Amino acid sequence: MSSSGRPEHQAPPEIFYNETEAAKYTSNTHMIDIQQKLSERALELLALPDDVSCYILDIGCGSGLSGDVLTEADHVWVGIDISPSMLAVAREREVEGDLILGDMGDGLPFRPGTFDGVISISALQWLCNADKKCHSPAKRMLKFFRTLYSVMRNGTRAVFQLYPENSAQLELLTQQAMKAGFTGGLVVDFPNSSKAKKIFLCLFCGGSTQALPEGLGTENTATNVRQKHVKGQRKPLKTLRDRVLEKKERWRRRGRETRPDTQYTGRKRRSHHF
Amino acid sequence: MKLLTHNMLTSSVIKGVTKGFPLKIVASKVEVREVDYNEPFIIKTLSKVDWPALHQAANEVGYGEDLPIELGEDFQKDETLLRKIHNALLQVDIIEGELVCPESGRKFPISNGIPNMLLSEHEVSS
Repeated sequence: MSSSGRPEHQAPPEIFYNETEAAKYTSNTHMIDIQQKLSERALELLALPDDVSCYILDIGCGSGLSGDVLTEADHVWVGIDISPSMLAVAREREVEGDLILGDMGDGLPFRPGTFDGVISISALQWLCNADKKCHSPAKRMLKFFRTLYSVMRNGTRAVFQLYPENSAQLELLTQQAMKAGFTGGLVVDFPNSSKAKKIFLCLFCGGSTQALPEGLGTENTATNVRQKHVKGQRKPLKTLRDRVLEKKERWRRRGRETRPDTQYTGRKRRSHHF
Repeated sequence: MKLLTHNMLTSSVIKGVTKGFPLKIVASKVEVREVDYNEPFIIKTLSKVDWPALHQAANEVGYGEDLPIELGEDFQKDETLLRKIHNALLQVDIIEGELVCPESGRKFPISNGIPNMLLSEHEVSS
């Protein structure tokens, strides 16, 4: 996505996600991998009860990659998306969930209290755009969040992973969500890394007051710093062997060709005496 | 579209429509796709299902004869009945047809199993 700029600026979603773009979501393994990881994290943030099959709404379900994660966790889901091409791909992939062609900005067409949880992967930023003359983003957001609040069961969560363009967008989205009655806020994973940073809008629908989950890659760094100050100790320096092993492990994770670890790994070369 | 989805779907997002439920089904092609039987999910879901709407919908698509007009109190212990409900809710799939709003008469086409709930600008309530 970064190479082609922001897709929201190119065309409305139902035009942008055409057959060519939709096909990428079945053939491009990198894209599939990212979608899956984001969905797994979103599902984790939903904090559903253990071992219970829930009824989940997936907003901007696209070709159903996020739905596959829900299916694997034994949940039953319904997906809504504005792109017919993406839904056609989902249908072709024979996803378990049911699919609806719809625009989230028009409001969600379900009975009150229907869903036990809502997830949305990389879709909410589209709501910040006015693709038609009659569109007012703030109004569409409010309409969306109000109907969302109504279709969720009391005490459940909605988790949106999104790529906001700027902080003003995030602010407006959060503001409209609160206006609709939600509590909650942003969870940011790996805030210090420009590449790994991921933003989740985590909304609570009624129920008792809940603490916002912590972002990943934040608590560890914080505790490390604190420990350093308290104990005045330094972590033991890593040996060359440790560093080499770590790097080789990283390479393997990325699928690069790596020599096997042996007793000679990371050892100094002996000087030649002859 | 499964009948479970139909049981949750409304047309109340249309301007001037208050309830928009249940949507009438006119089906021209219906298939049955096998889905794993999950009894706890069916029992849990039945507390949310509008039974008269499900009964009517199942009859509209030709799979209603197995379902009782009213859901008795002991349904949780009746596996034969729960399996029939499982079939109606999750396995019956409307492939082609349309949904009709009970208040405005607006039609929502279903094609390739996907209902088209998109509204035009003048239909969106403000």
